[in-house]
Amino acid sequence: MPAPRPGATPSEIIRNFCIIAHIDHGKSTLADRMLQLTGVVDERSMRAQYLDRMDIERERGITIKSQAVRMPWTKDDTTYVLNMIDTPGHVDFTYEVSRSLAACEGAILLIDAAQGIEAQTLANLYLALEADLHIIPVLNKIDLPSAQPEKYAAEIAHLVGCEPSDVFQVSAKTGEGVRELLDHIVADIPHPVGDPKAPARALIFDSVYDTYRGVVTYVRVVDGELNHRERVLMMSTKATHETLEVGVISPEPIKAAALGVGEVGYLITGVKEVRQSRVGDTVTVASRPAGTSLGGYRQPHPMVYAGLYPIDGADFPELREALDKLQLNDAALVYEPETSGALGFGFRVGFLGLLHMEIVRERLEREFNLDLISTAPNVVYRVVMEDGTEHTVTNPSEYPDGKIAEVHEPVVRATILTPTEFIGTVMELCQNRRGVQTGMDYLSEDRVEIRYLLPLAEIVFDFFDALKSRTKGYASLDYDEAGEQVAKLVKVDILLHGDPVDAFSSIVHNDSAYSYGVAMAKKLKELIPRQQFEVPIQAAIGARVIARETVRAMRKDVLAKCYGGDISRKRKLLEKQKEGKKRMKMVGRVEVPQEAFVAALSTGETKSDKK
Amino acid sequence: MAPSAPPPGDPAPSDGSLPASALAARAPLSLYLHVPFCATRCGYCDFNTYTAAELGSAPGASQRAYLDAVRSELDLAARVLGPRPVQTVFFGGGTPTLLPQAELAGLLAAVRAAFPLAADAEITTEANPESVDPGYLAALTEAGFNRLSLGMQSSVGHVLSVLDRRHTPGRVGQVVGWARAAGFGSISLDLIYGSPGETADDWRTSLRAALGLEPDHLSAYSLIVEPGTRLAARIKRGELPGVDDDVHADYYLIAEQEIAAAGLEWYEVSNWAHPGHACRHNLAYWRSRDWWGIGPGAHSHVGGVRWWNLRHPARYSARLAAGESPAEAREILDAGDRRVERVLLELRLAEGLDLAVLTPSERARVPAILASGWGNVADNRLRLTLEGRLLADGIVRDLLD
Repeated sequence: MPAPRPGATPSEIIRNFCIIAHIDHGKSTLADRMLQLTGVVDERSMRAQYLDRMDIERERGITIKSQAVRMPWTKDDTTYVLNMIDTPGHVDFTYEVSRSLAACEGAILLIDAAQGIEAQTLANLYLALEADLHIIPVLNKIDLPSAQPEKYAAEIAHLVGCEPSDVFQVSAKTGEGVRELLDHIVADIPHPVGDPKAPARALIFDSVYDTYRGVVTYVRVVDGELNHRERVLMMSTKATHETLEVGVISPEPIKAAALGVGEVGYLITGVKEVRQSRVGDTVTVASRPAGTSLGGYRQPHPMVYAGLYPIDGADFPELREALDKLQLNDAALVYEPETSGALGFGFRVGFLGLLHMEIVRERLEREFNLDLISTAPNVVYRVVMEDGTEHTVTNPSEYPDGKIAEVHEPVVRATILTPTEFIGTVMELCQNRRGVQTGMDYLSEDRVEIRYLLPLAEIVFDFFDALKSRTKGYASLDYDEAGEQVAKLVKVDILLHGDPVDAFSSIVHNDSAYSYGVAMAKKLKELIPRQQFEVPIQAAIGARVIARETVRAMRKDVLAKCYGGDISRKRKLLEKQKEGKKRMKMVGRVEVPQEAFVAALSTGETKSDKK
Repeated sequence: MAPSAPPPGDPAPSDGSLPASALAARAPLSLYLHVPFCATRCGYCDFNTYTAAELGSAPGASQRAYLDAVRSELDLAARVLGPRPVQTVFFGGGTPTLLPQAELAGLLAAVRAAFPLAADAEITTEANPESVDPGYLAALTEAGFNRLSLGMQSSVGHVLSVLDRRHTPGRVGQVVGWARAAGFGSISLDLIYGSPGETADDWRTSLRAALGLEPDHLSAYSLIVEPGTRLAARIKRGELPGVDDDVHADYYLIAEQEIAAAGLEWYEVSNWAHPGHACRHNLAYWRSRDWWGIGPGAHSHVGGVRWWNLRHPARYSARLAAGESPAEAREILDAGDRRVERVLLELRLAEGLDLAVLTPSERARVPAILASGWGNVADNRLRLTLEGRLLADGIVRDLLD
């Protein structure tokens, strides 16, 4: 039986679904197995984890950008069309996940049978339930000796509201249970419903920049039809483009004449930047536009800012170019140039969250071969002055002087899943980070979901690492924006030899200002080499010094002898030292090695062992 | 060294020849002879020296092969340089006095055969106090040696033992007496300070013990823990405390105080002498004069060309046996390098640096040095103060463009 053609596929035989899973729980392996069993990828050309394209994704085992694959599957003599929409799995991409979910009627909840559900998976499950998707709970890796299928089946049944016996058990690795799962998708997930006669409406659930094709926009058609060579209208941005190509991915792109109701595919319009084709927007046809959009569109906005500086100041133009290129493919990335007295020329870059920041930084370093220093990440503060004026602070150095009435900081709803033995530890950590507990539920006898309202600023730096290390890696975290709150915040400046170092200024809560100041001064004392004069290091709030350390003057800087007339060695040493001096950043008269900035701005404890 | 690092220096010609420009300069000439043998290796030492056990029975590494090779290199030097008078000769090591007295005397005779010696030539050998006796010293003065440099290092037992030096108590004093009797006109003692566990009192004790012997010249070197030495390993393992630059600074000040009180004058960062006894050979290094270093690993400088020999005695000897120069590599300094070296080297000296050597922008930085109390200027020369001497390398870095 021939597979139904795109544009000529009745919606009754379409099943749109996604896989909700945590990193490492086997989503990519399951996707691989499905590609193989449905015959769209043959065994020989099978590349492990076919869907994860970028190196970083492959290395981290995560999928940053989703794709949709069309697969035929025959059951009871009918060939169905399964569209598998791959979802990003991390906290920073909640909005993208919600749009992917909105393109589906069903979701496979995939859980590692040896580990149980993780916080982000739970958060995405809640999103899927909110979106009214049909959930198929699946335990993966049942072939592992450490698998505990009964235990986790009970846990999932409890969460989804089904019987433990309804939980599928598969091994994506061996293929066991995957055929049955495909049959089940056909049988249980509702087919899409839409009006083929109505004006076209399609949801953009992903938008990817391709060097050769420009932006490739992934859509799910809700009503009507999108055709090759017609003008489409992006309903929120009001931009119109001509569709140069429409098609489906299976798993390579296949051109089609049209995409009809319920179908999932791509369109190419020749635009060069993903922000011209935004995730969540509704595509309609310009000549016969829909009256209302599908809704749910949101402009991404950065939650976390950090300064990015090239270690070699001469790389600034390269950094700008690299950011420009990344932005083509990342509608959430914002940046503007800034100057730091200590670090030179760089950019203040806004990110959706921590992972987003890490990914951008890593891509800049890896794909563009840049060496970067990043300042400590900070959130966006709203500072209201006594005279009523208001400042938005995305960089501690912009923190206003003068009489401040109130400072508002963003807060998040955090969900932490942890084995019950760590409840106390986790609560202590959250309490220390100014958290307010909002709830706690047992998922099973030995696992618990703890909910806290936390200032975002308290989790952007090292919260996740602290959580992981205190729970032996077992706890998982998810968070979601929850507005803002007024807090007693102050700016702590760090002064070297009396000169403030802008890169080290930080906005912290009044109660932790002292300990922050002391810790930073201590850390810098270890990192700043002795100079020919004494260098005081001070932490100060305004004019008030709260901590002080001193780097004593260097008293000896001369080699006792030259070795048997080996003057060359001495001259080369001098040249090397002078070269090293060039790489020093001057803060006033103080020479600070680049490494000191990197180390002082890095998270965690300073390491005393060198090499 | 990282594998990607470039080879240090350019290839040296196998006939040992030098560019005509280097030969034309004709600065006063010195000779250094390196004797790469020691009875035992001291824990702090990373010099190019070998014990009998380390050399083994390799044919080219015998004392005999070494002596032949040194004579060949002397001939090579004479061929390349022509008959130029030699102002100073210095036998260093290693332990030159580990050679039988006749061999050491024989080497000096070979020097005389190869080059004319200036009438007032300074002829030094280093000596380990344990390896010489009155007869040996008399043979040396007989042969023409007039200066003796004794490796004393310390007079305090626990400091000597950290350095792996074993001296019979009172031995250095005895040797100084024998050397005077043998007719050495200038006697120098070497001390090392800042060894792990050495207190300020220990250091004063050693200084006073050395000065009590009334040497003509005293060198005091801060201990440098060289990577790869046994001492470095022991410190790394935590068996010994590390050395501290602040302690070195304190001990340097103690040295200056004690030595000056005994009437010796500072003339180079680590060297003091009674008038007329400054080591002319050492000064030749700091003043960028010409010298040919003979022996394994020895460094040479002639008219802006620096080269250095193969380090291993067997490889060194094999080259000379084949009629080739034992140089491993060389570098030809350009005017800029030579100027940098002058600043680097001459600021270490009491006579200081001629300000004319500096560029205008460098001269503009001199007042800051004076204002910090690190130097003073007289007769158009910049001289470092006591505090400045301790920071000499940093001052040079700041001063140079």
